[in-house]
Amino acid sequence: MSFPFYDSGFWPALALGVLFGLALEGAGFASARKLTAQFTLRDFSVFKVMFTAVIVAATGLWLAEELGLMAPRSVFIPTLYAWAIAVGGALIGAGFAIGGYCPGTSAVGLASGRWDALVFIVGMIAGAAVFAWGFDAISPLYWAAPGPKGQTLDQLLGLPVPAILVAMIAVAAGGFWLGSRLERRFGGPIGSSDVTCGSEGAQPPETGTRPGSMRPT
Amino acid sequence: MHGQPRPYWNPLVAGLVLGLVLFAAFLVTGHGLGASGLSARLTAALGSWILPEATAANAYLGGYVKAGAPLAGWITWEVLGVVLGGLIGSLTSRRFRPKVEGGPRLTPARRLAYAFVGGALVGFGARLARGCTSGLGLSGSATLAVAGFVFLIAFFAAGFLTMRLVRGAWT
Repeated sequence: MSFPFYDSGFWPALALGVLFGLALEGAGFASARKLTAQFTLRDFSVFKVMFTAVIVAATGLWLAEELGLMAPRSVFIPTLYAWAIAVGGALIGAGFAIGGYCPGTSAVGLASGRWDALVFIVGMIAGAAVFAWGFDAISPLYWAAPGPKGQTLDQLLGLPVPAILVAMIAVAAGGFWLGSRLERRFGGPIGSSDVTCGSEGAQPPETGTRPGSMRPT
Repeated sequence: MHGQPRPYWNPLVAGLVLGLVLFAAFLVTGHGLGASGLSARLTAALGSWILPEATAANAYLGGYVKAGAPLAGWITWEVLGVVLGGLIGSLTSRRFRPKVEGGPRLTPARRLAYAFVGGALVGFGARLARGCTSGLGLSGSATLAVAGFVFLIAFFAAGFLTMRLVRGAWT
């Protein structure tokens, strides 16, 4: 049997999406307060979940190639356009800190009843429209500094893939250890009952309780 | 219906499950998971409804319009699944809450204004970067693409810097 199947039809797309949504919601990523607490150092779930997922999938892809289940480089590998990806990535980081979501998490936020996620999605459409409207002017930045097509870290550094995987596991382990220490120091991580208290509305200012100390009603 | 919500999954368990789903996505489709691609398609669909000529002539959106129904594609079905999965997850865990969620010092109206501005920056940034936290950060990095790691570094650096300015909105 040879992977990948290159099947991007309706049912596999829907099924993979459902599993993706269940994992994001289970991680707590429907909550803008839990997501943004990554950047106040109170909750390292974004870092922990993302790095674990990347390492698991990267290891799986490497194993599949090693075992001959999949030809090398038979999956889509994005190409670096240095300026566009650095500036675009920074805008997404800034928008995440301001708006509370990224595109995928706004979909589970909406599915969990969050009106702010719906407004965030409307904002995303507006942002994409502005991009399309100004595309001629943006185009030089969009295409600037292209890297080699589908370049990977092992190619860039001249190292075998397992060495990259081991380095990623080491960085993740260090980040998890440091993150858990910071979470304890800043009263995190944020639990499900911390963000579901109160049925609607952001908390009014006179409710001076610390969010972490609130109990569900 | 507002019983005690079930706790979130342990982040390492959630990461393991997400990683396996991502791996499965590569095996089945040959590409990973995504999300922001739908915002381009929604913009093309809305544009061709409101401003059909300008949208068809637009250098960025024209391709989506020319190809026929802008919404008919893998990313639309996948994000539909994400919403469905989020709904199943939040309802069965009693974590579903119709509310505006924000920091304790932000009025709901201001929170929604922040959500719109943040969403606009993300919508613009995702078109510029050619992907978002899902398509580049997760899927790109899983293929060990240099593009994925450049994205993640820029994303986390800007997130921490911006939070220094908007901390009061969340704490």
